[in-house]
Amino acid sequence: MLDEIGVKSAEDLFAVIPESIRLRRNLNLPHSKSEYEIRRHVEGLLSRNRTSKELLSFLGAGCWPHYVPAVCDEINSRSEFLTAYAGDVYTDLGRYQALFEFQSMIGELVAMDVVSFPWYDWATVAGDAARMALTITDRHELLVPKTIGPDRLSALRAYCGRLADIKLIGRDAENGQLDLGDLKDKISSKTAAVYVENPTYLGFIETRGKEISKIARDHGALSIVGVEPLSLGILTPPGEYGADIVCGEGQPLGMHMNYGGALLGFIACHDIREHLATIPHRLITITTTKTKGEWGFTYVLPERTMFAAREKAKSFTGTGTVLWAITAAVYMSLLGPQGIRELAEGIMQRSHYAMKRISEVKGVKVPIFNSPHFEEFTVNVDATGKTVAEVNKALLKSGILGGKDLLREFPELGQTALYCVTEVHSKSDIDRLASALEEIVR
Amino acid sequence: MRQEEMTGYHAVNWREPVIYQLGQRGRRGHRTPKVEEEIKAIVGDVTSHIPNEMRRKESPKLPEISEPEVVRHYIRLSQQTYGVDSGIHMHGTCTMKYSPKVDEAIVRSPKLADLHPLQDVETVQGILGILYEFGKLLCEISGMAEFSLQPRGGAHAVFTNARIIRAYHKLNGELEQRNEIITTVLSHPCNGGAPAAAGFKVVTLYPDEETGYPDIEALKAAVSKRTAGLMMTDPYDTGVFDANLEEYVKLIHEAGGLVAIDQANANSVLSRLRIGDVGADLCHFNLHKSFSTPHASTGPGSAAVGASKELSKFLPIPLVRSDGNKYYLDYERPQSVGKVGEFYGVIGNVVRAYAWLLAMGADGLREVSEVAVINNNYLIKKLLEIRGVSLPWQKAHPIRLQEARFSLQKLKEDTGIGVEDVNHRMIDFGLQDMETSHEPWIVPEPFTPEPPETTPKEDLDRFTEVLRQISQEAYTNPEIIKTAPHNAAISRVDQSPSHDPARWAMTWRAYLRKTSDRK
Repeated sequence: MLDEIGVKSAEDLFAVIPESIRLRRNLNLPHSKSEYEIRRHVEGLLSRNRTSKELLSFLGAGCWPHYVPAVCDEINSRSEFLTAYAGDVYTDLGRYQALFEFQSMIGELVAMDVVSFPWYDWATVAGDAARMALTITDRHELLVPKTIGPDRLSALRAYCGRLADIKLIGRDAENGQLDLGDLKDKISSKTAAVYVENPTYLGFIETRGKEISKIARDHGALSIVGVEPLSLGILTPPGEYGADIVCGEGQPLGMHMNYGGALLGFIACHDIREHLATIPHRLITITTTKTKGEWGFTYVLPERTMFAAREKAKSFTGTGTVLWAITAAVYMSLLGPQGIRELAEGIMQRSHYAMKRISEVKGVKVPIFNSPHFEEFTVNVDATGKTVAEVNKALLKSGILGGKDLLREFPELGQTALYCVTEVHSKSDIDRLASALEEIVR
Repeated sequence: MRQEEMTGYHAVNWREPVIYQLGQRGRRGHRTPKVEEEIKAIVGDVTSHIPNEMRRKESPKLPEISEPEVVRHYIRLSQQTYGVDSGIHMHGTCTMKYSPKVDEAIVRSPKLADLHPLQDVETVQGILGILYEFGKLLCEISGMAEFSLQPRGGAHAVFTNARIIRAYHKLNGELEQRNEIITTVLSHPCNGGAPAAAGFKVVTLYPDEETGYPDIEALKAAVSKRTAGLMMTDPYDTGVFDANLEEYVKLIHEAGGLVAIDQANANSVLSRLRIGDVGADLCHFNLHKSFSTPHASTGPGSAAVGASKELSKFLPIPLVRSDGNKYYLDYERPQSVGKVGEFYGVIGNVVRAYAWLLAMGADGLREVSEVAVINNNYLIKKLLEIRGVSLPWQKAHPIRLQEARFSLQKLKEDTGIGVEDVNHRMIDFGLQDMETSHEPWIVPEPFTPEPPETTPKEDLDRFTEVLRQISQEAYTNPEIIKTAPHNAAISRVDQSPSHDPARWAMTWRAYLRKTSDRK
């Protein structure tokens, strides 16, 4: 090959890199390892972990423990899906179709006609959704609840901080619900959007979605709702209570937790040209081909994204999370309408049982907020004289991972943790947690 | 002659229905765990706690289909998808290298899959150790001081770097004044899009006709006290190394700006050049490109952002640190740009990339760039023998690094057949289609094949043969190209819904609504 190229050695080829900056030494890296050695080494390191299954975990807060049906892993291990990238519809028809099906199913969950290309995670799509609202309304203020997930607030600041004032709306002290009085005080003709989450980061259901959307609309602002999708098995879809844009986190739809590394953000909106044109990511539409009976797929308004418009797009897109979207499509089709309803209801039954059981522990308040909850809830231990950190350390001794300590993010809630209970928790798991807590605070 | 005989290939064509067209009412594919009767008895009807207006009335219209049908459907869709494992796949700018199966086996371990990101650090020392060690390896490879593994892809990394540049100037009280990012048009589009998203004005430099990169005078003219930094890709997607790099770094630094280099094309410079040694303040690698993690049908990818010693304090929170005895997540970094996404990044890809680096070692990594560059220059020689193919800037840059951007302008002028047509025809031979070029098309009728080190010589020869035959067809039988693909799963797609609100449908529900409206 070197002869064909007409050089003596590969070194001659690297002469295109200026001599002054070419590396003239070997990198100081470990010696090459065989497959067996790699496996032994890396698996040896991984074996030091104690997983959420080996322990009994009640952690959620943006990455939730759910059962992953075997079919999900079977399909996302298919090497065609795993190793494809960006071929067009003729070579990658299946990838396009699976994406369209993902979009279609998310559309049903949230009751919206437009769903975009899958993106990084809830935080980044919340940022995108807010940017969309700023562009659509040409206004420069966002109203968000004080209970917003901290990473999402951070992303909103990163994506919109320079373009918009981000104002926090208070919550009702008793039930945690968005303070509509405060919302009405702060909303104005400058407000681009009101963003709420359902269920909220703190686990309860924001029950007045319709009223919140109406207040936004009455002021010419958009209503954005961030969702955890399994809850939509029992909750009214945001598209039916006035949301203009929906965003959310798809990890519960068939992805293992992967140390928080398997997240899937999605964005949905109504089929309004001015709205969907502001989505920074690809949009796939179904279409037909020259041959009767064939489905084809193509991109909608492709010229609007960064790929074509570069800096004029004032947004970025690129490699998203398609393998997870395909997995989520598999998951949602396995569950079906009945399965997702049963699952959501079952989760609620278990989490309510857990709240009831834990509230029997002396000095523990569960939940802080008097509102309906889905799968997560707050557990306050102020009256026990212990801190959440102490409680969690003690729980870990019994092989239990307690809820997320909220002290750093919500200091006003005192010694409070956010617990998560789903279909993976049996009654005996929950009873074990309650007994361990009793033991610790005694 | 039938098309199949000419090429010997035909894609799987299942005419697979949309999943909503499959199944039967009431059918289901998965049973969820039963809630214990004791729990039900104690909690009662929990949904009654939800106010009526927030209680879902109709279950979401998901498919009603059994497990075997779901499996068959998605297996068929996978068969109609062309990955690196399927065949010749040299989509340029993407470094479509083989992803070793051992890495896949490792990341499928429950010891990774079942970790929650908020577990007590005592319980996750193994994974934290891998993140920490991988960062150290990247420091040695790049000459940077510290890495964040949080970004999910190249564009996200560039956005992160743009935010770090803002944070730096803000700390120095110069943010108001320094509101311009300089980039070059042959850099990846995110070098324009992401700084614009971060609030910068973007100044774009165009390549000199002879050299293929901007004239140093053009940069001098663009630099001013408004310059916040330079964000560019090097080497470019043309495979040309911008030899002015050192000079750019000097000029930008003299002007008080920062330099962030997009190293998505690093495959050909691994072990040959350390961007930190050149003086870059920031850089990023795409783990799904140079570091072999699978492209996953367009993600999740993963990117690692590297910072110089001076700038590492701005990297996102948290960073994995070691106190000598144990690893921990360091959030106490007041100058940090904060979180750029939830949790810590695409951890599975970090583990894959770590395992891959261990397989390579120092010598292997040197061989990666060597073989990739030999592959590419061999391919260049071969492709330039084909009628209608040219290589812009060939005179100045006969040798290229990881890839080359060719032009079919001559073919188009001679025969009317351009690159889009050629791409459709290429599929008929069982190859993945080619990367053309990011916008704008500085090179007319561009195509950009990239043959990373895992590409055997036979693939390069086959690719060449296919392109030679298509060129011949263009001159003798252009009709067969214009009507291609003939051997793909589907024939030419009706693109018109792309710009037709009455017909575009991003969901099945929208499709049903719009088609019934038309009836």
